[in-house]
Amino acid sequence: MLDKNGIAKRIAKEVKDGYYVNLGIGIPTLVANFVRDDISVEFQSENGVLGMGPFPFEGEEDADIINAGKQTITTLPGASFFDSATSFAMIRGKHVDLTILGAMEVAENGDIANWKIPGKMVKGMGGAMDLVASAENIIVAMMHTNRAGQSKLLKRCTLPLTGVGCVTTIVTNLAVLEVTADGFKLLERAPGVSVEEIKEATEGTLIVEGEIPEMNI
Amino acid sequence: MINKTVANVGEALKGVEDGMTFMLGGFGLCGIPENAIDELVRLGIKDITCISNNAGVDDFGLGLLLQNHQIRKMISSYVGENDEFERQMLSGELEVELTPQGTLAEKCRAAQAGFPAFYTPAGYGTEVAEGKETREFDGKMYVLEPAFKADFAFVKAWKGDEAGNLIFKGTARNFNPCMCGAATITVAEVEELLPAGSLDPNEIHIPGIFVQRIFQGEKFEKRIEQRTVRQKA
Repeated sequence: MLDKNGIAKRIAKEVKDGYYVNLGIGIPTLVANFVRDDISVEFQSENGVLGMGPFPFEGEEDADIINAGKQTITTLPGASFFDSATSFAMIRGKHVDLTILGAMEVAENGDIANWKIPGKMVKGMGGAMDLVASAENIIVAMMHTNRAGQSKLLKRCTLPLTGVGCVTTIVTNLAVLEVTADGFKLLERAPGVSVEEIKEATEGTLIVEGEIPEMNI
Repeated sequence: MINKTVANVGEALKGVEDGMTFMLGGFGLCGIPENAIDELVRLGIKDITCISNNAGVDDFGLGLLLQNHQIRKMISSYVGENDEFERQMLSGELEVELTPQGTLAEKCRAAQAGFPAFYTPAGYGTEVAEGKETREFDGKMYVLEPAFKADFAFVKAWKGDEAGNLIFKGTARNFNPCMCGAATITVAEVEELLPAGSLDPNEIHIPGIFVQRIFQGEKFEKRIEQRTVRQKA
């Protein structure tokens, strides 16, 4: 079974040379720490920066340079700043190659819910609805089950949707799965996790074809 | 040169009234019009509608107006950092319209650019699209979103000149340029107000035509919401 860093490490392997990547808040943010340093990648943050670098050294924080999680950041050579409309032109216009975000629920038809629990939590969708409606390559990073132990990979989402039929790949603490027309196709198992365990933790249709390899991270 | 300079925040906010709709720039606490917000608190006007990506934190930014119960309605994309906000929303005191962030930006830009509405894929198939016109283009579904209408836009820039030309710094740019010229009156507060001719015309982000009033902000606290640092090796 993977921890949050393990999930981020596995997703980092999907980040290819020349990609512009948008990282959501939470586990997705960790992905930047594990991307190979021999490839060229630029991270976009929807509040208006392309070419995000690591956190600043203590004493070098600049209140005017933050990421979408409102954390102080630095920029790398080649970086640029822009306004919010331009930022979402990059996203809506499909100029961003890969979007990695978290979710509360994903359904086997690719629907995603991650912005609201009616009556309990209403923080808002931020940029998530724009991202999932436009991106063609969306990886969801999340735990396979919620704190109550219930599956987050469902036949149909129960929470208010963020987007419909948009998720392509899911990486959890247990597995890597692809969303297909017939359901969640199991591609890889996390180290030490059996296909049986993944089946048990998946409420939606799970497609298992042949031997399922263990993740190489 | 048409001079847009006003002496202070009091003059800049002349004409604000109860029940008006305001746009306020900023992302989190980054690039918010701190001086205009302080003046709105001081004036105590009520029943206002605020178009702003976020709602500040409990004791800073728009949180100050919320504490004072001056806001009737918020139009935002993310409001997670504010307990008082959540309390007022769940108790029904505060009306909230959550809007996808890119749609929020484009509703400002559309108002600035003279478009009455636009189609966006964001929110299709979700509760955000309920009751809205949808349409298919090239096999994909889109939602019709109207431009905002607002009485005042309050924006914050790094440098500005007497002609109202603006230059923003870092990610403090965010929604500020999109809101310039998107309301009846745009008020810009700047860290540094310079004589006309001091800024290189090649480097202007927002031309002064989009700004009606400009003033030098008295103070900018620039509070950091999430101070994150790494240690030197």
